[in-house]
Amino acid sequence: MRRDLLQLFYLVSAILFVMGLRGLSHPKTARRGMFLAELGMLLAIIGSLLHHEIIDYRWIAAGLVLGTAIGVPMAMWIPMTAVPQRTALSHSFGALAASLIGISEYYRHGAALGSVRVGVIGVEVMLGSLTFTGSLMAAGKLQGLIRGYPITWRGQNFSNLSILGAMLALIVALMFVPSSTAAFYSMVGLAFFFGVLFILPIGAADMPVVIALLNSYAGLTDAAMGFMLDNKIQIITGSLDGSSGFILSILMCRAMNRSITNVLFGAFGKVQDNPAELEGKKPIRQISVEEAAELLGTSRSVVFVPGYGMAVSQAQHRVREVADMLKNKGVQVRYGIHAVAGRMPGHMNVLLAEANVPYDELYDMDQINSQFPETDVVVVVGANDVVNPAAKRMRGSPIYGMPILEVEKARVVIVCKRSLAVGFAGIDNELYYGDKTLMLFGDAKETMVKLTAALKE
Amino acid sequence: MIDIGLIGDLYVFVLAGFLGYQVISRVSPLLHTPLMSATNAISGISLVGSLVVAGAGYNEISTLLGFVAVTASTINVVGGFLITDRILKMFRAAGAGPAPGGGSAKGTASGSK
Repeated sequence: MRRDLLQLFYLVSAILFVMGLRGLSHPKTARRGMFLAELGMLLAIIGSLLHHEIIDYRWIAAGLVLGTAIGVPMAMWIPMTAVPQRTALSHSFGALAASLIGISEYYRHGAALGSVRVGVIGVEVMLGSLTFTGSLMAAGKLQGLIRGYPITWRGQNFSNLSILGAMLALIVALMFVPSSTAAFYSMVGLAFFFGVLFILPIGAADMPVVIALLNSYAGLTDAAMGFMLDNKIQIITGSLDGSSGFILSILMCRAMNRSITNVLFGAFGKVQDNPAELEGKKPIRQISVEEAAELLGTSRSVVFVPGYGMAVSQAQHRVREVADMLKNKGVQVRYGIHAVAGRMPGHMNVLLAEANVPYDELYDMDQINSQFPETDVVVVVGANDVVNPAAKRMRGSPIYGMPILEVEKARVVIVCKRSLAVGFAGIDNELYYGDKTLMLFGDAKETMVKLTAALKE
Repeated sequence: MIDIGLIGDLYVFVLAGFLGYQVISRVSPLLHTPLMSATNAISGISLVGSLVVAGAGYNEISTLLGFVAVTASTINVVGGFLITDRILKMFRAAGAGPAPGGGSAKGTASGSK
């Protein structure tokens, strides 16, 4: 009876989760949707607390309190620019929980498990452990604790695949001899190690894909935990999360015109391919802040194109101030956002929303590209590879084929940039040498402050 | 040799995957970041499995592992929902006025004063 009741709780939770995710189809319904999902979670937790096997609530209470004490500050006080790291950390926590519960299950039942069950536990622990260390590595790279450039070594794909093969072989061996604790624990060790090796060669610019992929793994781990415990709500949730992460990875890959295999094994940014000696060919043209203000103030339409550089210099609020000044002068202001600008899917949208930019001024690539020919001025703030025309013209360029924001079609392009340094793809940007391009050198935030001041006059 | 429970679970897994594909495909690209934090939050559902292990008193090791798992999952549930809401609060349409209590007023980053 109690067990049936619990299952009913879970069923309602599952429905609420799906409705919650559906709410995210529009910003207007999103918060209400999340409220439903929170309700679903509350129901699932209350239901589980009534589980007949629970005899002692002390450790549960301690875990809930400690988790809340860590979770609340992590959510409330971190700056929006650090959301990618937080997301990666959160994947690692989920994966850690799954991995530990799997280890506990094996420790408890050991040889008494049938070969199928031990196989399920093996896969669950493997996924959980590699996602745990992999996500920690990703968080470290995003936070700058580990250098962002791809770390590669000779034969790394071969060694990584061998480790993967060894883990799978150990799981198969366990299915024949479930009592072999040595096989189980070596598999766990290898999985932790694999997570580290797997992320090392991936560069910072590929993080949007990697985060989405780890999101998917975290979901699959959750589903595997559901299989292990025969718990349907976990299977449903894990499956939903898994497909969410999967869709996002596909979208990110498409936005870079690359395959998942290429991201995982290609070590993007490692090769500093021929920048075709653009320097020397054409001089760059500089513009002063005053001239830029004059140009912007007298134009009819302006499109801002933000990139990771804006996040680094925390310039989003200052960009919005410039935009406000322009709007007061009757200029139409929009923002063009590339799917892989920043370090995670939707990163730029969140930063601009934080700076109080209304979401109906944010346009994705497909919406804004047709508008560039009618745009007077494009202001590129800290974006590089996503506006590089080499992606369209230069066969052999590492980013060739990547869909870009076609800013060079606008009447004038102002590029706000610290220096002429190359982007994360390690390639020069011929946009900077274009006839219509004016370079505005300096830190994004300072430049925007100066622009606002100049516009006031 | 394969027990019937596992097959039933597989049904649920596959169908939920299809449902997820349909639902997530419709999520606005504007909201991809809150989508990730929302899926983080609901993936904290691993809490329900962890609760039982932490409270069933199977043995000391299991209880300890369960306790750590409960803590880790709770971080995801609490932190995930809170930050999702914090992000969603910032999204507003033009003319709606500044988001109530949200946005730069929160002083979250060094950039906001």
